[in-house]
Amino acid sequence: MEKKIINEESLIIKTEKIAEGVFSTAFKTGIAEKCLPGQFVMVKTKSDSHLLKRPISICESDISEGTIRLVYRTVGYGTKELSLAKEGESFELLGPLGNGFPIDEAQDKKNILLIGGGIGAPPLLSLARALRLTGIDKSCITAVLGYSGMKAGIFLNEEFGKEANVIMSSDDGSVGTRGTVMDAIKERELKPDIIYACGPMPMLKAIKLYAEERFIPAYISLEEKMACGVGVCLGCMVKTKEKDNHSKVNNARVCTEGPVFEAGAVEI
Amino acid sequence: MNLSVEIAGIKFKNPVMDGSGTFGSGIEYSEFVDLNALGAVVTKGVANVPWEGNPVPRIAETPSGMMNAIGLQNPGIDVFIERDLKFLEGFDTNVIVNVCGHTEEEYIEVVKRLRDESRVQMLEINVSCPNVKAGGMAFGTDPAQLEKITSLVKKNAAQPVIMKLSPNVTSISEMAKAAEAGGADAISLINTLTAMKIDIHKRKFAIANKTGGLSGPAIRPVAVRMVYEASHAVKIPVIGMGGITSGEDAVEFMMAGARAVAVGMYNFHDHAAMIRIIGEMESFCRETGIRDINEIIGCV
Repeated sequence: MEKKIINEESLIIKTEKIAEGVFSTAFKTGIAEKCLPGQFVMVKTKSDSHLLKRPISICESDISEGTIRLVYRTVGYGTKELSLAKEGESFELLGPLGNGFPIDEAQDKKNILLIGGGIGAPPLLSLARALRLTGIDKSCITAVLGYSGMKAGIFLNEEFGKEANVIMSSDDGSVGTRGTVMDAIKERELKPDIIYACGPMPMLKAIKLYAEERFIPAYISLEEKMACGVGVCLGCMVKTKEKDNHSKVNNARVCTEGPVFEAGAVEI
Repeated sequence: MNLSVEIAGIKFKNPVMDGSGTFGSGIEYSEFVDLNALGAVVTKGVANVPWEGNPVPRIAETPSGMMNAIGLQNPGIDVFIERDLKFLEGFDTNVIVNVCGHTEEEYIEVVKRLRDESRVQMLEINVSCPNVKAGGMAFGTDPAQLEKITSLVKKNAAQPVIMKLSPNVTSISEMAKAAEAGGADAISLINTLTAMKIDIHKRKFAIANKTGGLSGPAIRPVAVRMVYEASHAVKIPVIGMGGITSGEDAVEFMMAGARAVAVGMYNFHDHAAMIRIIGEMESFCRETGIRDINEIIGCV
């Protein structure tokens, strides 16, 4: 049987700080061959006292180069350790994991909205690239990116700019609309016919409500504490509207049935 | 060199198995781990009906370990038999089904449903989960209740019965004796230690259930001590677990008195851990002139 998930000691080929507390690390890894936008990897720490692997979404993957790029915020030991690692060091990566964003759903759509709140933006970049590769015109894709402000720094906006129209918001108003991504969407009177989103839970709740009120299909990528990343530990559950086929209760595994869910299918 | 052991008349090709709840039923990890190489697959706790488990967050990392409060989420015995046991049909390893319940009746119902399942070599009765409100640990912290549930399960079970004990007691010896008095064929220990972690920035419990079960290398010395005490209190075999990461750790548990060992949360850190541990135990035996692993059981 061909292995769907790869566990590989992967070499860092580039690490850079791209905003305050936000880092980009690129790896040479066999995982690059199979990634879909929205999937993630588990990064193993090198510490004997921090034993759980860290789930981090894949920002970009390049099959021909055999590379993937992770963009993450340093929040704890694992992300800090990764951010301090230099080119030539390696980390054990497990992936690609999870389902990824459904790309086919966007095929006949003229107003595709990607919404990335803060460090939720990275997986949407690979989605934007994948959408463009299916022949969708740049003019059909709008990326709304939310930041705290210029002081902490903005990131990935230029790369999104190559694939989509970019609209920004910031908490302090130093860039784009003052307020949240939802404020930016309302200010611009955007009329999406499909939404893909990743970001903090309050943002995802607002998007779920916005999409449901307007009958817009919306796919949201969730985050939850997880121990295994492959569907074993049942740590990373999300409440679901219907009984989940695997769990037989109203609970689905974020790592396996997700991390991307149709917004109406989950109770967040 | 012999690594095989026998527990309640069941032969294990080696003494290494997973700790219930850290390996599912082997379905997911079978992509990486040759289940045929394991002494047994111990499945995640299963009840008579599906259980939803606890709210999230259910997981928190702790120094050299983790806390969990999954709350024994499981799909129920019907789906377990149709899906999980069917999957395990094709493998050459023992299957130990971990059984959970809120009441005596619920345990008995699951045990009865498994009577005719030839794929199941043994039952492990979870009377030690710290994360469910009713049942679970309640049965495992009072010797009289433990003896009663053990004898009830034994009356209804077709397979040999392992009682999985809680470390959250004053005297593990007393609990081990109660399980033996109830007719248990073996005991396994330790389940997780009740613990708490607070996120000081959010001023909230790290786990929604407030308390969770602590596991991992951090608890290993506690587990070794309890395995030692329990194995000296009873004649039935002991399966030892708690923070095993290596062949050396496994040997330590066996020297303390365990006849077999289980690897728990370390599977999350290193999914190949059990296979590696079997190899390391073999190397240890070769290097130290042990011809039969049974020689070292309780040797200290």
